[in-house]
Amino acid sequence: MQHIDMNSQKKIKHNRKKGPNKCDIEMLILALPALLFFVIFHYIPMMGVVIAFKDYSYNLGLFGSKWVGLRNFEFFFTSQDAWMLTRNTVGYAVLFLVVGTFASVFVALLLNEIKSKAAIKIYQTSMILPYFLSWVIVGYITYVLFNPKLGVLNHMLAALGMREIDWYSETKYWPFILTIVNTWKAVGMNSIFYYSSLLSVDPALYEAAEIDGATRFQRMLSISLPSLTPTITVLTILAVGNIFRGDFGLFFQIPRNVGVLYPVTDIIDTYVYRGLRFGDVGITAAVGLFQSVVGMVTVIATNMIVNKINPENAMF
Amino acid sequence: MKSTLSKRKGREGLLIHIFFVIFTLSFVVPFLFVISISFSNEELMNSYGYKLIPMQVDFTAYKYVFNNMQQIIDSYKVTAFTSILGTFAGLLIMSMVAYPIAMNSFRYKKPITFFIFFTMIFGGGLIPSYILITQYLGLKDSVWVYIFPSLANAWNIMVLKTFFKGIPISCIESSRIDGASEFRIFLQIILPLSKPALASIGLLTLLSRWNDWYTCLIYIESKNLFSLQFLLQKILMDAEFVNNMSRNLPGGMIDLQNLVKIPTESMRFAMCIIAAGPMLVIFPFFQKYFTRGLTIGSVKG
Repeated sequence: MQHIDMNSQKKIKHNRKKGPNKCDIEMLILALPALLFFVIFHYIPMMGVVIAFKDYSYNLGLFGSKWVGLRNFEFFFTSQDAWMLTRNTVGYAVLFLVVGTFASVFVALLLNEIKSKAAIKIYQTSMILPYFLSWVIVGYITYVLFNPKLGVLNHMLAALGMREIDWYSETKYWPFILTIVNTWKAVGMNSIFYYSSLLSVDPALYEAAEIDGATRFQRMLSISLPSLTPTITVLTILAVGNIFRGDFGLFFQIPRNVGVLYPVTDIIDTYVYRGLRFGDVGITAAVGLFQSVVGMVTVIATNMIVNKINPENAMF
Repeated sequence: MKSTLSKRKGREGLLIHIFFVIFTLSFVVPFLFVISISFSNEELMNSYGYKLIPMQVDFTAYKYVFNNMQQIIDSYKVTAFTSILGTFAGLLIMSMVAYPIAMNSFRYKKPITFFIFFTMIFGGGLIPSYILITQYLGLKDSVWVYIFPSLANAWNIMVLKTFFKGIPISCIESSRIDGASEFRIFLQIILPLSKPALASIGLLTLLSRWNDWYTCLIYIESKNLFSLQFLLQKILMDAEFVNNMSRNLPGGMIDLQNLVKIPTESMRFAMCIIAAGPMLVIFPFFQKYFTRGLTIGSVKG
């Protein structure tokens, strides 16, 4: 018995040694175009991060430019921008995550209380509209609201006898505006996620609770909400992992790239874009590398923590 | 007792509906504003501001736009060509790699999966990509820059892989025994069985390509290669650009001494409607594919 086993194991090993079979080669050929794509457009740029350690000049190219060690990083981290950008990027990510999750869960819980299928359909379809819009079009809509001279908000303020506000030059309103706009765009789609996980809750639970005299609010709080916890956890983990990556479209299109607003609207991604256009390439590459590395560490760390607590929800 | 309870329930139900009606309006009203502004009389609007219902319905803006359609047509062509070709080519190479890594029998499954997965958590950033694409690949200001650098992404490959894993292995093995090559299995078994997943990923890709302005902002300089969304951005931010776009006056109007004032404001919104309207009407019909595409994605693969 043992003898046969040994033999077959040997055979398998022998097969493995022989190298790839016909199937493997054919599959490799199928995989090739995508692999080539990732090499060219992802792995070569990864090597390109050496620019962060060079005084890059377009004329000298990647190989000709002079090495400067950590000087680009030094320059960035001793400037005031470093703290401001990190604060804005991470701060907004956290703010969006908290407000966005609250709003979507709230909307999903309320949707779940509606019986009429037609009404649900109408509400969902309208809420999901912004998901199909580019930030440019959302920019048109916010411009309708905030245009200092013609905008809807200023005309409403004037009608109420209040002072008009020059929205695009006062920083204090922008954390609110950006949060509201971001939530407005995402709440429809996200609430559909949550709503669809609510649909899988056993209706018997609600019936039993009703017989026991639970109010609607109690049912929402102790049946619906707990059943959403896994979905909330997964989406939160994904968001936490991406905490160092901002949505370029939101921060570029909505504040219309107005310089006065940078202290509260500039994030790493918009800063890198401007650096590419008007700034020093080496320093900008250093900022980009800082973002990538910290971003990767956040993803891996989040995933490790989740693996400890609840491996079911881990990404890898 | 029972009647007060049901009354209370009815009242709560009504409150929920009132909340949703107001909430829904916050999504619909902005669109109505955009439509209304495009039909508004420019002078009245300049003195009274944007109105939900035009003070005086006026088609001048549209007349201007229709007499100066060249730029919009160019952008439509560029966007349609790159979106459609990019989506199909992308779907093809993504599913071609997703199939091998979904098969446990594939010898290089692990290293290739990791190779693709790693691009999800680390990237070189904008600057190295920019230098590669402009200085070494010569794609700056070329229509191909819309297609190649965004051809595949790791996330979609993982979603497709998860879907392919659900295909019964017996189907695949029996054809292998019959002597079918992997290419044939892929084309004749895997692809036809995966239509729903391909439709979802395809529509998501199509939407993000259609809405793309970033690529154009970074890499394109020639006006005739502007994507639709970038054109819209240019129109909104740059009054000069709108004026240059509207050199041809609508029929019947003669401007001998440059006296005619171009209705810049209402024109912006008219162009927005012509450029973005059609797709906005079409996409919501495919809502279920979008939600499904995103839900398959949230399943761990």
